[in-house]
Order: sequence, then C-alpha cells, then structure tokens
Amino acid sequence: MTALFSSSEVLETIRMVQAENLDIRTVTLGISLRDCATSDLNTTCHRIYDKVRRKAERLVPVAEEIEARFGIPIVNKRIAVTPISLVGEPSGAEDYLPLSETLDRAAAEVGVNFVGGFSALVHKGFTSGDHALINSLPQALSQTERVCASVNVGTTQAGLNMDAIRTLGLIIKETARLTAHQGGLGCAKLVVFCNAPEDNPFMAGAFHGVGEPECALNVGVSGPGVVLAAIRQHPTADLGTIATVIKNTAFKVTRMGELVAREVSCRLGVPFGIVDLSLAPTTAQGDSVAEILESMGLERCGACGTTAALALLNDAVKKGGAMASSYVGGLSGAFIPVSEDSGMIRAVEEGALTLPKLEAMTAVCSVGLDMFAVPGDTPAEVISALIADEAAIGMVNKKTTAVRVIPAPGMKPGDVVEVGGLLGRAPVMPVNNFSPAAFVARGGRIPAPLLALNN
Amino acid sequence: MDKEERAIVTVIGQDRVGIISGVATVLAEHNVNILDISQTVLQEFFTMMMVVDLKGCRVDFNRLQQELVGKGASLGVQVQLQHADIFRYMHRI
Repeated sequence: MTALFSSSEVLETIRMVQAENLDIRTVTLGISLRDCATSDLNTTCHRIYDKVRRKAERLVPVAEEIEARFGIPIVNKRIAVTPISLVGEPSGAEDYLPLSETLDRAAAEVGVNFVGGFSALVHKGFTSGDHALINSLPQALSQTERVCASVNVGTTQAGLNMDAIRTLGLIIKETARLTAHQGGLGCAKLVVFCNAPEDNPFMAGAFHGVGEPECALNVGVSGPGVVLAAIRQHPTADLGTIATVIKNTAFKVTRMGELVAREVSCRLGVPFGIVDLSLAPTTAQGDSVAEILESMGLERCGACGTTAALALLNDAVKKGGAMASSYVGGLSGAFIPVSEDSGMIRAVEEGALTLPKLEAMTAVCSVGLDMFAVPGDTPAEVISALIADEAAIGMVNKKTTAVRVIPAPGMKPGDVVEVGGLLGRAPVMPVNNFSPAAFVARGGRIPAPLLALNN
Repeated sequence: MDKEERAIVTVIGQDRVGIISGVATVLAEHNVNILDISQTVLQEFFTMMMVVDLKGCRVDFNRLQQELVGKGASLGVQVQLQHADIFRYMHRI
C-alpha cells in the first residue's frame, strides 16, 4: 500500500462498518422557521410547507450520494425546525394540530423519517403559544407520523417549571390513551427536557434553537458495536487502559462524522453546525451500550458498578471525540434508551436493571430516562414526579436530562410493549407506588440552584 | 496528481482464479488507473486492496461502484469502492 493508506487501517474501517454496525446515525438539517410566523394560521402553514420543502429537498439525495462515496451507511436523514410555539404564536390560534400536519406533509414530501421541533421552551413560564402547543401535543402526536415533540421544563439558570411538569404528566397519559392501539407510540415522540441543547441532531428531541443560523447541518455519529469490539480485545486491562481504548475508538468514529458533516454541508451549501458524538444503540445484537458496560466486567447492566462504568464510558467518549471534530455539540455521550438497546432490554427482563438504578445512571450519561415503559395505570402525578426528579438531576449537575416515558396502555410489569422499528420494544418496569400527588399539585417553580449564580 | 480522485477498492472473499483480473478489467474498461495493489490471505479469506485514480474515469462514481459490485457477485466475492478520504480522515489528522 502507498504510505497514505495502511492495509490494516483500511481493513479496520471496513470491519467497523460491516461487522460492528458503525454508521452515521443521523444527518439532521436545522431550518429556522422564524420568518414563517404570521398572524394567520393558514398562511403560516403554507410558508412552513414551502420553506421546509425548499431548504430540504436535496437533503436525502445528497446524503445518499455521500453514503455511496464513502461506503458508510447514513441511517437517518432528518429535519429540525424552530420551536413551533414561537412560530405559531403570532397567529393567536389555540389548536396547533394544523402546524403539526403541515410539518408531517413536508417531511414526507422531502423523504425524511422524522421532523423535530414541535416544541416549546417553558423553563420559566408559559406564553400563549406555549400553552397552545402543549395542549395540542396529544392530538399532534397521535395524528401525525413523522412529527417529534419536546418541551424544555427546566434549566440550571432558571430552575424547574413545576406547573409545566404537572401538565405534562397529564399530556403524556392522554397521548398514550390516543395511541393505545400502537402501544402508546405517541409518547415515544415526546421528550421532556431539562437544559435542552439547541443543536441536538437526535430525535425525538431535536429542534433548531433560537440562537442558530438560518440553516445548519448537524450530524450524529454512533458506534456502540465498535467500542464493544475494542474493549473485548482487552479482557484483563485495567480501567485506565479501557478509557484509552474507548477514547481511541471514539476519535475514529467522530472523524468519520466530521468528514460526512463537512461533505454534506458543502454540497447542500449549508453551514456545518456540530458533530454529536453519541453512542446511540440499536436493537441489533452487539450494538448495545449495556453490553459495553457488561464487557467491562459487570454480569449484567444494572449491577452495582454500572454507574461507575457508565461514567467512565461517557467521559472517554467525549474526550476522544472532542479531539476529532472542530465543532462538538448536541448531547455527546452515551445514550441509554431501554427499548432501543438489546442489552438494556435483557437487563430489565432479568430483573438486573430497575428504575431507581436507571435514574442513577442518568446522572452520568448524556441524556436521561429514555424510552422506558411503565404500567398503563401509572397516575399522571407519578409521571410528573418522575420528570421532576430527572429534571432536578439535570438542573443541579448542569447537564441535559430528559424523560421519554411510555405509560403502556393496559400493561403491567413484566409485559412488553412493542413500539416498532428503530424504537424497539420496552419491558414494562414497576414504579414506586407511594403517592407524590400533593407535592406535584403544589405547582410553582423550583428555584435555580445556587450554582446558577455565577455571574 | 490530485489526491481528491483517489479511491480504494477492497475485495474480500474465498480465494479463486481470476479475481484480480476480473476487477482490473472493469477498472481498465473505464480508464481507471491502478496506483497500488496489495493482497493478503487472512483465515482463508482473500483480501485485496487497490488504490485507484478516478481522475480519468469515464463513468460516474455510482456506476463504477455498481459494476464492481456486480463483478464481485459473479466472482463470489464482496467488492467495495470507497473514496479514499474516509480512510485518510479516520486514521490521520
């Protein structure tokens, strides 16, 4: 081989893709819809449809060209838009279902599988547009296919909006009821955030933040299988060595994301935003974050030691990836969605992983309580309290946390809800039965922590 | 030469007569120059890599890729054509 290319490196790249499920998980085009807001809802819808179609019409063909050119699968092509509460507000409308239907049609037209940004940022309180959006969520999520929603209910700087958290417990229950025939699928498209990032390319929580440019191209890499294979080559190495192995692997994975992001953005004529260095599992065997933790020496994910192993993994992924890209952003770390990770599913089914342990893990992972199912009869206030706990972890630790929970209609612990496709299957986890109702009913705001006072 | 035109052809599969010749014929038909070839046999699997120059190539990347994959299928091996940047980027700063 010529000096530029070593055979072992070429083979390593090919092995990563073919045997270890390495892929670009998502190429997400962020589009500002701020200039689509008008005082008439119909006009706003027309403008949104036209703009999304115009800006995104070449996204899928260009991404497919790049896939072929580099031989790297790009699994998802997606769109993120300005939080719709901001775009819909000048119309004065109280029902935002037409806005979600417009996004759904535009997404179908340009061939993307999800469009994120049916969102509201209410960490300190509501405007009329925020109310309209949140109240429209159950209908929007049950009557559209591709629209993803998120609500930011807290930040480290603002504290937690407990009124929003109380409302969202009810909204999630209603969404599950309206999509009961699909196992509560609507809930899988709704993320409740604390400290939501404005440039996250991953669904369901992607939106195009207010500080973003007109358009931006963000890329989410993946690669749990690659990290797993690398760790398995070091069965007795100490944990410092394991951290180095993960860093080296994350570096290579991220370089690939950087290359793809630059090529796609160049061909689309859109600024390159960020690479999100996340380990995003799939239900494919070996493409599992839980199995990475187990490969470090835990019998099952959820055993004592799991939080420490995840902390090591999450940190090493960031350190390796940060060196490989000029712009890192989004969530960047290890995702631990239950339903989308075969190892997590097994750990729950075998009783190794419980909800309290999962919550502890979210303190050191990149997002939060993600894609897990609780019994269908879980009261709304319990879901609200669960969200409050998770948001408090994010607020106090200055990190993003999120909840994406499915109160699986008609199901009990031990049942399994099939959400389908990339979203996988979630074993229903038991929830603490003692009531937080009076706490949730108080409402109001939980003040920002002392560490927010850093000016 | 313009490095941007470099691509890498990899062939993986059971060894047999005519693999290199078959792949090289497709490349020659489209005026693709082979800059370097290496081959190894790993655990009974034949692995060949070619660094090629696409500068003078008379068909587009996708078409060449399809023809190489088709040739590979007829030879019972897996052939890939990938732009060289992916390897440079992943392993070099």
